[in-house]
Amino acid sequence: MQDALFYTFAFLTLVFGFLVIANPFSRSPVTSAMFLVLTIVSLAGLFVLLHAFFLAAVQVLVYAGAVMVLFLFVIMMLDLKEEERRKIKTLGVVGGLISTGAILAIFLSSLLKAPLGASQSPAAEGGTVPLAKLLFTQYLLPFEIVSVLLLVAIVGVVLLSKKDLK
Amino acid sequence: MNVGLEHYLVVSVLLFCLGLLGVIVRRNLLVIYMSLELMLNAANLALVAFSRFSDTNSLDGQVFVFFIITVAAAEVSVGLALIVALYRRRQTAHVEDLTTLKL
Repeated sequence: MQDALFYTFAFLTLVFGFLVIANPFSRSPVTSAMFLVLTIVSLAGLFVLLHAFFLAAVQVLVYAGAVMVLFLFVIMMLDLKEEERRKIKTLGVVGGLISTGAILAIFLSSLLKAPLGASQSPAAEGGTVPLAKLLFTQYLLPFEIVSVLLLVAIVGVVLLSKKDLK
Repeated sequence: MNVGLEHYLVVSVLLFCLGLLGVIVRRNLLVIYMSLELMLNAANLALVAFSRFSDTNSLDGQVFVFFIITVAAAEVSVGLALIVALYRRRQTAHVEDLTTLKL
């Protein structure tokens, strides 16, 4: 059962991820954004299979909720009509395929050589309680720093979106 | 065959390469940004898988993913504000039109 679910979610993630970057039917950023939402939701499914329940919920709330709404707002504001007319350059596609294929080969060959077979007894459970315990004891300082980072980001965004940017 | 760490890592690698391909091939700034999100999510998947299958039964990988999600949210908001500011000034969101720094 779990294996079938893994293969389903992995397949969905990869297909939707491919449709984000290269949709044969539409080049509009809106469809890319919609397929990104689907990719993120199926990734949340994979997180649930890995028993990271809190992260799956956060993934759906933060990514599929907040970040994608931000994306769609910006797409709506920018009015990107000329995207459909532009041609994709063959040189860019070939170069991208070659470099990505090279990196893929490096990744997969190192994955084949890595000694991963040692621990195949999954144990860690990512519920709210153990994660919060870790976050508020061992990782308290990074947690506070991240909150300051969010404040900095808010100030920066307000400054950047002012009308007369100096 | 039981699904183990390798399976998740292969999915993560493939997703990362899809995102990289999108960053290189696509010419629209917004789609490039979405591909970046794809790459960040691939890294998240690898970290969660490592955390699940670790010997020490620790949740450090998941805490990492928590921080990555937070930083990615901040990064997206600042980046999209930059794109909006750029569009106001240059009326384009296309990387081919931004050649001011070209020699």
